[in-house]
Amino acid sequence: MKVRILVSLKTSILDPQGQTVKNALHTLGYDRVRDVRQGKVFELDLEGLTEEDARTLIPEIGDRVLANPIIEDFTWQILDKA
Amino acid sequence: MKFGVVVFPGSNCDQDTYDALKDVFRQPTVFLWHKDHDLKKVDCVVLPGGFAYGDYLRSGAIARFSPIMKEVAEFAGRGGFVLGICNGFQVLLEIGLLPGAMIRNKNLKFLCQFVHLRLENAGTAFTRTGTAGQVLRIPIAHFDGNYYAPPETLRDMEARRQIVLRYCEPDGRLTDESNVNGSLGAIAGIMNKEGNVMGLMPHPERAAEDIFGSRDGRVIFESLLKGA
Repeated sequence: MKVRILVSLKTSILDPQGQTVKNALHTLGYDRVRDVRQGKVFELDLEGLTEEDARTLIPEIGDRVLANPIIEDFTWQILDKA
Repeated sequence: MKFGVVVFPGSNCDQDTYDALKDVFRQPTVFLWHKDHDLKKVDCVVLPGGFAYGDYLRSGAIARFSPIMKEVAEFAGRGGFVLGICNGFQVLLEIGLLPGAMIRNKNLKFLCQFVHLRLENAGTAFTRTGTAGQVLRIPIAHFDGNYYAPPETLRDMEARRQIVLRYCEPDGRLTDESNVNGSLGAIAGIMNKEGNVMGLMPHPERAAEDIFGSRDGRVIFESLLKGA
């Protein structure tokens, strides 16, 4: 099973990298860009996992390792069930 | 007082810290390898600066799972002294021995410079030879030193006087300019509720002798030794 996990800074926390990207886009004339948030993408290839297993395992891995729950949130999706 | 300096793959201030403790302060000092489980009966564990595991994922995020960190956490739980400097501070945050987290510096630059720090709490085991309000001049060298803690955590920390150092002007005033990395509350160093674990972004081991241009870092080590 292939799973994609997206980690980003919580909306309550200033994202200095996202702000810099936003400013660069504005400089280039993309003034309809209201905000930019930068994050990290992880793609996990998992062996012998049911969807139900994934619903327990992925949040655990996300909370424990991939994201720091004090400053980051994460979402995930299954890319490939095989 | 016997000190142990933890060596992670990617630590780069381990030797400086060892030299300061052994040669400047004349204390028995050993290195502690990250894969070991033996703290070698030290009285104080120091997590040094550097880029443990390349700072991949987040600064300190992988190092916290090193075998030795289980022992360090238990040692801290029994009241043992633990000092985290720079990357070592980040490891202490990631493992949860200290509250809060670090994000990238506000200007997205790696900052390597002297800063001024106001000693907020001179009643700790790490600062008792200093005086409250004293301004220290100590260098920093980091990319992720922008301290964050949720508002309710920060309130608790203020109430318990856990904030030990803040970035300031040479005269002790707190300004936006002196808060070089954008830390919440200009926080540069904190301790745990119990007062036996401290983390700070500045490098006191790089300000321990005249040859470094400042001796102000000595207060941290001399305070620990005074209590021993």
